[in-house]
Amino acid sequence: MEQIATRDAYGKALRKLGLNNDDIIVLDADLSKSTKTADFQKVNPKHFVNVGIAEQNLMGIAAGIAATGKIPFASTFAMFATGRAFEIIRNSIAYPKLNVKIVATHSGVSVGEDGGSHAAIEDISLMRSVPNMTVIVPADGVETEKVIEKIVKYKGPVYVRLGRSKVPVIYDDSYEFEIGKFSTLKAGSDVTIIACGIMVAKALEAADILKDKGINAEVINASTIKPFDDIAVIESVKKTKCVVTAEEHNIYGGLGSAVSEVLVRNFPAPLEMVGVMDVFGESGAPEELLEKFKLTTNEIVNKVELVFKRK
Amino acid sequence: METKFIEEKAKEIRREIIKMLGEAKSGHPGGSLSGADIIAALYYKEMKLDPANPKWEGRDRFVLSKGHAAPLLYSVLALKNYFKIDILKTLRKTGSILQGHPDMNKVPGVEMSTGSLGQGFSAAVGMALSFKIYNKENRVYALLGDGECQEGIVWEAAMAAAHYNLDNLVAILDNNGLQIDGKCSEVMCLGSLHNKWTAFGFHVIDVDGHKIDQIIDAFDEARTIKGKPTLILAKTIKGKGVSFMEDRAEWHGSAPSMEQVILALEELK
Repeated sequence: MEQIATRDAYGKALRKLGLNNDDIIVLDADLSKSTKTADFQKVNPKHFVNVGIAEQNLMGIAAGIAATGKIPFASTFAMFATGRAFEIIRNSIAYPKLNVKIVATHSGVSVGEDGGSHAAIEDISLMRSVPNMTVIVPADGVETEKVIEKIVKYKGPVYVRLGRSKVPVIYDDSYEFEIGKFSTLKAGSDVTIIACGIMVAKALEAADILKDKGINAEVINASTIKPFDDIAVIESVKKTKCVVTAEEHNIYGGLGSAVSEVLVRNFPAPLEMVGVMDVFGESGAPEELLEKFKLTTNEIVNKVELVFKRK
Repeated sequence: METKFIEEKAKEIRREIIKMLGEAKSGHPGGSLSGADIIAALYYKEMKLDPANPKWEGRDRFVLSKGHAAPLLYSVLALKNYFKIDILKTLRKTGSILQGHPDMNKVPGVEMSTGSLGQGFSAAVGMALSFKIYNKENRVYALLGDGECQEGIVWEAAMAAAHYNLDNLVAILDNNGLQIDGKCSEVMCLGSLHNKWTAFGFHVIDVDGHKIDQIIDAFDEARTIKGKPTLILAKTIKGKGVSFMEDRAEWHGSAPSMEQVILALEELK
């Protein structure tokens, strides 16, 4: 299966925008080669702004640019975008509902060798708790490109969470992304697996394994974490009566929490979570870390078997 | 003639600030009064504006980075007819467009939502940078407090403004020397603001922030400076114009009683 990192897809999408859309300004905080905003700089250097190592000012400047009617894309690592600059995002971007696209890379423990100081496991939780903010976690390179195209047309603040490592391509070019709509990648009747980001491909693999075990799993890609597609969750779980969530993020405040919130209000059902168990990341090869933190296909299978018994 | 007119407007602004805060029973008089002459010079002389068309593309931008001085901005906007002057009475009240700190989506003429210190200046740098990138003539003005300069983002933004040669940006520093907890020099010493801003790449002009002529001259000088942003370091008196409020930190964030409002208005006749 073809593999591409979502950050590389971001660079590709930005190159296209750099050539076609005069309203776009791309900003970075000294990480342009890693976030791939350097790809935009190559085609439209006049519209590229490096603010240096100053993430708070990255967000403040982006807010000011948006206030003049232009469309800024502000990029850095997820840790520094949502952690370091949280309050600027909150007060200068989300509160005035300014049209800033925050696209952060290097999210989750799959950052790898840089270790726990750089592995954002709280960013979804932070961004989803801020009013006016839209939160999107693309599952692969194709979806990333579609997301970037879509958010340019949407007016308002958006947080997009991307990763460093290569992930399998699961969509083909015919895929249509819509903000706030989940996509069902595989229909099933016994259990619902709701995943986001790099865990979506693993959820599909898990569904194959489960099929051999006689469990027919439905796999949903929850690429928009906010606004959340409540209806998609409720309809699927009404059919399957149990659910497993999978995310490369702390189990507190992320996708698992969002699904739980919807279900307890609408259709209580047994739920298990695959995610980072409230611990920090560490250094290592990304694939080894995903094993260590149990962000794996097998763990999804285990949790499905567990939740299945609780039906 | 023109100076006299602007001085009179500054006095009107001060009167509205006092009335508004008396009505609201909370808010920030000291730092609103200290900036009255500066904002009068901006809105009655320096800036290109069209109050009847607040979103006019060619307008200059003003950002009140020291957002707690909201009554200062609201007064001048009301006096310039951005909204009805009666609305000033609703300051800080439930349902009012006049929030405790300025909200750009609620108040016509407010260009940026501010209140969390340092952030307005960063946004002003973004506006000026955008105008540069798109070769626009619009100028950007930001009013900062001196206590505000204790925020790290101010210096991140200052570095960027100089790096990108933003000669369309004028920062005005309302240097009244006081913050909530006392004298800036005692709370957290700012050192030489003149030297700091110069070292950060700004063209720095020192003025008496209550002398309209000096303020206007500084704006004129800023227009002649090419390739770098300007900082007008305006020495001011907190609570200026109301004798019992002048140079007293306790008037940073408490509103006058009705008796005090009457006394103050007497002085501002």
